[in-house]
Order: sequence, then C-alpha cells, then structure tokens
Amino acid sequence: MSAPGKVGFSKAVYTRPRSLVDVKSHFCPGCHHGTIHKIVAECIDRYDLREKTIGVACVGCSVFLYDYIDVDVVESPHGRAPAVATGVKRAQPDKFVFTYQGDGDLAAIGTSEVIHAANRGENLSVIFVNNTTYGMTGGQMAPTTMLGQKTSTTPYGRDFRSDGYPIRMAELLSGLEGTAYSARVAVSTPAQIRKAKESVRKAFEMQISGMGFSIVEFLSTCPTNWGMKPLDAQKRVLGEMSEYFPLGVFKERKQADVA
Amino acid sequence: MTGDIIMAGFGGQGILMIGNLLAITAMEEGKHVTWFPAYGVEMRGGTANCTVVVSDEEIGSPVVGRPKGLLIMNGPSMEKFLPMLAPGGDLIINSSLVEERQVTRNDIRLLQVPADDIARNKIGSRQMASMVALGAYVARSGIVKLSTVFDCLPKVISKKYEKFIPLNVNALKEGAALAGFHA
Amino acid sequence: MSALAASPSKRILTKGNEAICLGAVAAGCRHYYGYPITPQNDIPEYMAAHLPALGGTFLQAESEVATINIILGTSASGKRVMTSSSGPGISLMQEGLSYMAGSELPAVIVNISRSGPGLGGIAPSQGDYFQAVKGGGHGGYRLIVLAPHSVQEMYTLTMLAFDLADKYRTPAMILGDAVVGQMKEPFVASPYDPASTVEKPWALTGCVGRERRNLKSLHLKDNAIEVHNWKLHEKYERIRKDETRAESYMLDGATIAIVAFGTAARVSKTAIQWARKEGIAAGMLRPITLFPFPEREVFELARTVDVLLVIEMNTGQMVEDVRQCTSLHDRIAFLGKPCVMPTPEEILERIRLLAGRKG
Repeated sequence: MSAPGKVGFSKAVYTRPRSLVDVKSHFCPGCHHGTIHKIVAECIDRYDLREKTIGVACVGCSVFLYDYIDVDVVESPHGRAPAVATGVKRAQPDKFVFTYQGDGDLAAIGTSEVIHAANRGENLSVIFVNNTTYGMTGGQMAPTTMLGQKTSTTPYGRDFRSDGYPIRMAELLSGLEGTAYSARVAVSTPAQIRKAKESVRKAFEMQISGMGFSIVEFLSTCPTNWGMKPLDAQKRVLGEMSEYFPLGVFKERKQADVA
Repeated sequence: MTGDIIMAGFGGQGILMIGNLLAITAMEEGKHVTWFPAYGVEMRGGTANCTVVVSDEEIGSPVVGRPKGLLIMNGPSMEKFLPMLAPGGDLIINSSLVEERQVTRNDIRLLQVPADDIARNKIGSRQMASMVALGAYVARSGIVKLSTVFDCLPKVISKKYEKFIPLNVNALKEGAALAGFHA
Repeated sequence: MSALAASPSKRILTKGNEAICLGAVAAGCRHYYGYPITPQNDIPEYMAAHLPALGGTFLQAESEVATINIILGTSASGKRVMTSSSGPGISLMQEGLSYMAGSELPAVIVNISRSGPGLGGIAPSQGDYFQAVKGGGHGGYRLIVLAPHSVQEMYTLTMLAFDLADKYRTPAMILGDAVVGQMKEPFVASPYDPASTVEKPWALTGCVGRERRNLKSLHLKDNAIEVHNWKLHEKYERIRKDETRAESYMLDGATIAIVAFGTAARVSKTAIQWARKEGIAAGMLRPITLFPFPEREVFELARTVDVLLVIEMNTGQMVEDVRQCTSLHDRIAFLGKPCVMPTPEEILERIRLLAGRKG
C-alpha cells in the first residue's frame, strides 16, 4: 500500500499517509475536504493511532470521511456526531475518537450536542469544517454564512435583521470549562496548512493525554456553491472570511482538571 | 385472607414505608401482593398515599376503586378517600390529627387511633405514629400476622436505624391493643 | 438493595422500574444513558447509583436526542446499552432509532409510557402502541416490542430484549406503563443464561489486523438502498416467524376471549376470574410481543370463540391489528380507556353484556 520510492531515488521524502485511502477524490475542484482529510490522516499516523481510532461521520459532504480515511467509522444522524462520539468513547475510553463535521451539522442542527459534549469535557476531538454554506444540499444558508452572502435560501444576501449573524463556534466553545483546546485554522496557503497541522496535532495530543474536549475549526471553500473559481475561493477565505472568523488558538489547557 | 387498603397522609409520616412493610409481610407469608404509590405530580404538595393489595390468587389490578381498608393519617386525605371505602370496610383514623366529625359515613367500621399522641407519650417518638396506625389496622383486619410484621421490620429499616426496631415493635403493639389485640 | 445482592432463589418485593434495571444488569448491560421524565425516573436513579460500582457508565445527557445517539455510539462499540424514557422523550428518540434500525445496531429502549398526545399527563396509558410497533421514525423499519404485565416480566423481558436485539441486530423496546413501572410486587431474580449472548464481529473496535469497517445507514450507490430494505424486511419476517410470544390465559373452552397487553391484561385477569365464577367461559390471549404480533394465534382464536374483546388504555390501536388478523370483524368488540386503567368491574360488566348478547 505505501508508496515505494521510485527507482533511482535513494529515499522517499514524501509518501501518502498510511491512514489515507488510495482512491481518487470525488470532491469538487478547489474544495478543501481533501486537504483536511490528509492533515487528519497524517496526524493519525504521527501518533500511530490508526488501529485504535473510531471516527464519527456526520451528514453533508463530510459524511464521505469513511471513503477516504482508513479507520473504523460510524455514521451519525445530522448534528449528533458529538453524542455518538460520546457513546463510543464512554464504551471504549482507550480508543481514539474524533468527529468530522460541517457547519450546518455542528453549528445549526447539532449546536446542542457539541456544546454539551464540550461542557462535559468529553475526551474526544472535533474536526469542524466551516465553508459558510450547506454543500451537499445545494448551497443554502448556514449559521456561518457571511452577512450579505447570497445563497439559495438568502437570494438577496444574508441580512442580520432576519437571519442573524454568522456564528463563531471556536470562540464560543473556548468559553466552556470542559474545552481543553479550541483553534481556528485555514488551508489556503502552504504556511496555513503547516499551522493547521500543528493545531490538529495539539488537539489530538489533548485527547491522548486525557485533557478533555478539543476542536479545530477549518475555514474551508465551497467553490461550486459559492459560484467561484477555485482561486477566487481561496482569496475569499484569506480575505473576508478570515476577517470575520479570525485564525488563532482560543484556548489551550496546560493541565488536566483533577477532581 | 385477602384484602386491600389505601393508606394516606402527609409526606414524611411514613405512609409509603408502612405500606411497604405490610406488602413485604404479606409476601413473607406466601401471599400474592402488590404495592402501588402515588407518583409524579401527585407527590408534590406534601401528600402521600399508597395502595396495598393482598390475595391468595394472582392479583390483577394493583389499584382499587372500592378498598376494604382505609388508613387516614391526616385531615385532607379523609375528604379524598373516605367516599371510596367499601361499605362495611375498616376505617383507621389518626384521631390525633383527624376530627371525628370528618367521618361522614356510618356504614363502615371506624377505629380511632390517637397515633401521634401514643407515639409521643407512650413510645417517645412522634415518628412512630404511622407504625401505631399500622398495628391497629393489622390487628383489626387480620390481613397478616402481627408477629410476621415484627419479623419483617429489619427488611424496611436500614442498618443505621436498627436500634429503633424495638421502638417500632412497641408502636405496632400499642396500635394493635387499641384494636383489642394483645401480643 | 444493590444489584449484586439480588439473591437468585428468593422473592423480593421490587418496583417494576427497578426490576428492569436488575434485568439489564443481569444481562450484562453496563452502559445506561438517559434524561429525566416521569414516570420512569427510578430507572436512571437506580443506574446512577449502581453502575459505577459495577465498572459501568451512567450519563445524564442534555436531551433524549443526545441520549439515543450516545446509545448509538456505545452500541456501535459492541456493548450492551439501555435507555429509558416516556412518551415525549421517546418521540425525540425516533430519529436515532431510525438510524439505528438502518445501521442494524442493537440496544434496549424502555418506554414507561404516559398519557399523550403532547405533554399529555403522567397517568398510565397505552397510547404509544402505534409509535412502538409501526416504526415511529422515518423510512420503514420495525422495533422488537415486548410488553411486560408484571414486575417479574419487567425483569425477564428486559433480559430477553437484550438477547433479541443482539441476535437480530436491531433496537428492542420494552413498552411498559406507569402502573407496571411504579408498582411493587414480589419477583424472583432468575439467573441470566449467558449462553444466549452472541458475538459481535461487526463492532467498531479499531481496525487491528483487519480492514476498516463502517456502520452506516446511508446507501447512495446504484440500488444499494433497495437491497438494504429487502435485507431488513427479510430480517423482520424471520423475527415474525421465530419470536412471537403470547400467553394463553384460561382459554380452555372459552367463548369470550379478551385480547389485551400490559396493565390492561393484568386487570383483565381479575375480571376473567370473576366471570368464570359466574359461569361465563371467559379467557384471554395476551400478546407478550407486540412486534411481532401474534397474528396466527389471533386468527385461530377468532375461529374458536364467539367474540374477541380487545381492551386497551387508548381509544383503539392494537384493535386494528387484531382486525387485520381475521376477517371475522363482527366478532371483535372493543373496550377503550384512554389514559386510565380499566377496573375489573367494568371489564366484567362488558363480559356479561357480551355473554348475554350471544345467549
């Protein structure tokens, strides 16, 4: 399975992560899911977690996690991934458990589940992909949709007077005692990708050392539903999205709580 | 021997506990028995009641519309339950708290038990009032043997309060004596 | 009383809700999650007190929606897991139950049902029959539904529910009500037979030395969902064939047969005893499994008695299934008591009426 170095090269300096399935991606051009999957797979490999990992897939484009990450995965109802992950972790505390959720899933229908999993300090990790829209269902308004952003259900642009404001989940969850780690990252430049990987590593380390709930929010693209070319979509992430959703670490626990 | 009884009073008087004791006693005598409490919102507002059915046959309903026995520990319970008592049924009232004029029926067998006064003055603990009343009911109805009730006390009284078992026995005996039974 | 102290040979006076806990613990359930609602709070309270000492996990979730999904996660891990609730909470669990049925995940769900619709009330009711037996969530599925009518059955049927759920990889429901939940009566803690537990080679435990594994209900490719539906259907047919259970009560020579389950059935037993003393040949067929429904038994019974009297604590739900089992609709009578327990007196009165009418 692992890619051998080509004949003539003395050593492999880069290989596909062991935990990433060797299949062609079905995601749209310019979509970030592939990049984020790879970062997750690399971090699973780094801590040698593949054989003790149980992933929890959600509803939306994110559900296809199980086609790409080579670990056991259980599918959850829309928004309920943190509850399902709680059930897995409570039954198998020695396993590594993560959810992979989109913004409609985590920040709309599943707000209650993620807040309470965080507040209980469930020792699990959440990968949260925020692309400001519902991708799979065809580009409707998400709770993270920017003000003025046109979607199929905000055809005149999101208006705070009727639709409220884009919700900043990484900040919100960082305010809970049970949260050990909360950060927002992006993957629109190589430097950002390196930083993002650092954050996912931190999040996984939190779980490995029993510190409690960890979440990494990814600012991500959806060129198809945004009606943008991939390159313009990257610019949007780097521009208005990063302005409203600032990148950074909002909470990092240094010591585990003891009773 | 078969029979059924509704017991009612204030929360904290030990109603559910004496019901439980009666049910366990019946079970130990090899009878079929059910115990059914008021639950949920009915519990709020400080009243408590339970129904105990004892039978030689399999028991259908644990709830009875026309009980053969009624044990009333406080005034408010009288109003609610007296109309249900079967004609000729046994009515045990805690006459320390329930006034005789509240007994508006004369087709029943009334036994007045000054349970609180006996508990306080003769046993030395007001908490024994419900036990006095139970003693009176058991003696009056003959539904179970008083001696089996004594034997079952350790099953409902936690280890922590074991030392009070003799007090409970005395309370049961005082109540039974009022029904003309002397252990 | 501690779970471990339940002596196997001796009768103990126990509440129905507690007997469920004892049955679950005896069957090896060490994971319970729930949310408070009357009239089933004895169950989470018991589990909270006793599971930690058994090395198990109790968790009070933020809602029944979360509860059923935490259940899903633990079930996916291959562990026996239980929750309990009542009408409104069971409604919130329907989404998760549909996913679990679709993903073929076992668990035991206890409904100590109360009055409805809506907030209804806390009076005992059998108004959740349709929801329980017809597949309360979306997409077309079945739960195995067991209806205890005594404290003893609260115990034994809970153990059976775990076995059947695992055997068929599907959620099983205990459909009780406030009466069997709240009442105490003597029961015997008969030992659980560990031979009835099955391996769970499908559980997600980390892909050590094997291919990765998914548990899911989403089937997008080609006709995969059609194939999956037929597979589930075939499973429900097997359950129908092999797992139907019913009690025949005094049916010898009966001309009037009551069909009732749960609390309505136990009250009916008293009325039947009284009727027999009056010389009326009454008896009862009591479905113990509501799904699978004892269709053949009802079909045959309808041909041997003069009348079937269906008694329910609702305005008529199971009676539809009874009608469906037989074409002899003029032999089916109904006594409905929505959200209230029927009394033996009124059942006897109806029996007398039916006996007189046919005579």
